[in-house]
Amino acid sequence: MSKLLEYLPLLMGGALTTVALAVCSALLATTLGLLGAWGKVAGNALGRGAVRVYTTLGRGIPDLVLILLVYFGGQRLINDVGEGLGLPFIEISKFWAGVAAIGVLYGAYLTETFRGAWIAVPRGQSEAARALGMPLRGEFLRVTGPQALRHALPGYGNVWLVLVKSTAVVSVIGLDDLVGLADKAGKSTREPFLFFVVVLLVYLAITAVSDKLLAWAERWANTGQDAGRGGGGGRDDGGKPRAAEATA
Amino acid sequence: MDLTLPLRHWEMFLHGVWVSVTLTLLSVVVGFALALPGALAQQRRSRLAFLPRGYAYFFRGTPLLAQTFLIYYGLGQFEFVRESWAWVFLKEAWWCALIAFSLNSGAYQTEILRGAFAMTPKGELEGAKALGMSERQTTWLVLLPSSLRRAMPQYGNEVVFQLHSSVVASVITIQDILGAGRTLNARYYVAYEGFVTAAILYMALTFLLVGAFRLLERRYLRHLLPPEELKKLQKGALGGAAFGSARV
Repeated sequence: MSKLLEYLPLLMGGALTTVALAVCSALLATTLGLLGAWGKVAGNALGRGAVRVYTTLGRGIPDLVLILLVYFGGQRLINDVGEGLGLPFIEISKFWAGVAAIGVLYGAYLTETFRGAWIAVPRGQSEAARALGMPLRGEFLRVTGPQALRHALPGYGNVWLVLVKSTAVVSVIGLDDLVGLADKAGKSTREPFLFFVVVLLVYLAITAVSDKLLAWAERWANTGQDAGRGGGGGRDDGGKPRAAEATA
Repeated sequence: MDLTLPLRHWEMFLHGVWVSVTLTLLSVVVGFALALPGALAQQRRSRLAFLPRGYAYFFRGTPLLAQTFLIYYGLGQFEFVRESWAWVFLKEAWWCALIAFSLNSGAYQTEILRGAFAMTPKGELEGAKALGMSERQTTWLVLLPSSLRRAMPQYGNEVVFQLHSSVVASVITIQDILGAGRTLNARYYVAYEGFVTAAILYMALTFLLVGAFRLLERRYLRHLLPPEELKKLQKGALGGAAFGSARV
């Protein structure tokens, strides 16, 4: 146990890296998801096709494969191009390679989440807003947007929970996140069991806090809804977002 | 990029496909055996139902990579483990991966089955009781066939996710699909070929699984098809695209 105390500050730093990685990836995934959903709902044939390719690829490739491809392949690509331009050797960051890979993958899942939430809002709502003379911006911000948010939250929460756990594999490219540091600490103290139990507990804590925050956010978004109707109950499907079923 | 390189080493990738597919399918099957008693205990409101609930919460709330590390690196730390009969299995990466994947998949399946049991129409169970069926008969002849059908879309999802999660095996030295890709890249000092080939293979397997489950769903969830699609199906005029609307 004394060894654990010795390594505690280090592990806390690793936990912070893990959380930062998850938040940055989620921000990228949310941006890509919104863009994808927009392209799928409002785009022309070309835009819809592009989004379709994106969601199909994104939901067909395992996280670790893309992380390795972005980190090692991206490194090679940048320097092959850089060499041609006469630039010095550039080393890409493990952290941002992880953010790019995880963000791109989960953006594909969020595209489906957001699209589903958007088309779940009855068309009459937007028609009514227009009939009342609301400008397009007001219609989105005050009528259709909040209702879509209500539908999107349960699915978004699921994707977030899976994304957090996905960040663990970024340790494979050598990032000093919680798992990477615990691995090193376990090897140097010869007590890997202890350190991996700590890792599991920290992830469990992150999940528990996320659960609370998501439940709170859903309650907030569903304010004014009938208690029995709101929420959508999307949280009991095993916790994993849908795989590539709709597009395949 | 030289794509003839992976082609020249097709045996390595074929073996990888075999390892990935067997690990995935075996862990889903073992996971089912782990999940069924727990889900039944929750359905019957057993006093011990907190056990499967805790099990599912723990394994769904933590990353598979950390679980695998705990079993593969962590357990070997204890001398009594190394001296027990179980060490024959626990010193092998393949068995550790199978154990970790099965426990993980079992946790998700506990939730899937619990949800499907809870959705069983009351009338079906009442009907079984009215016919004088024993509890065991009700479980095997009514509850399970009805629930497993309903759980089929989630099961398709679960198998795909399990395949994607199985890349963790390559981290503990197993030569699965990604393991083959990493070996190829290391041997020839290339950055794309192995990973791209792995990505293509995972994608292809994902499509195969999605397609297989779509066929199964069309057969076993036929009663949930919307009438117009059912009519098309009866006329035999239905091509590849069907289902998708009959999600439960």
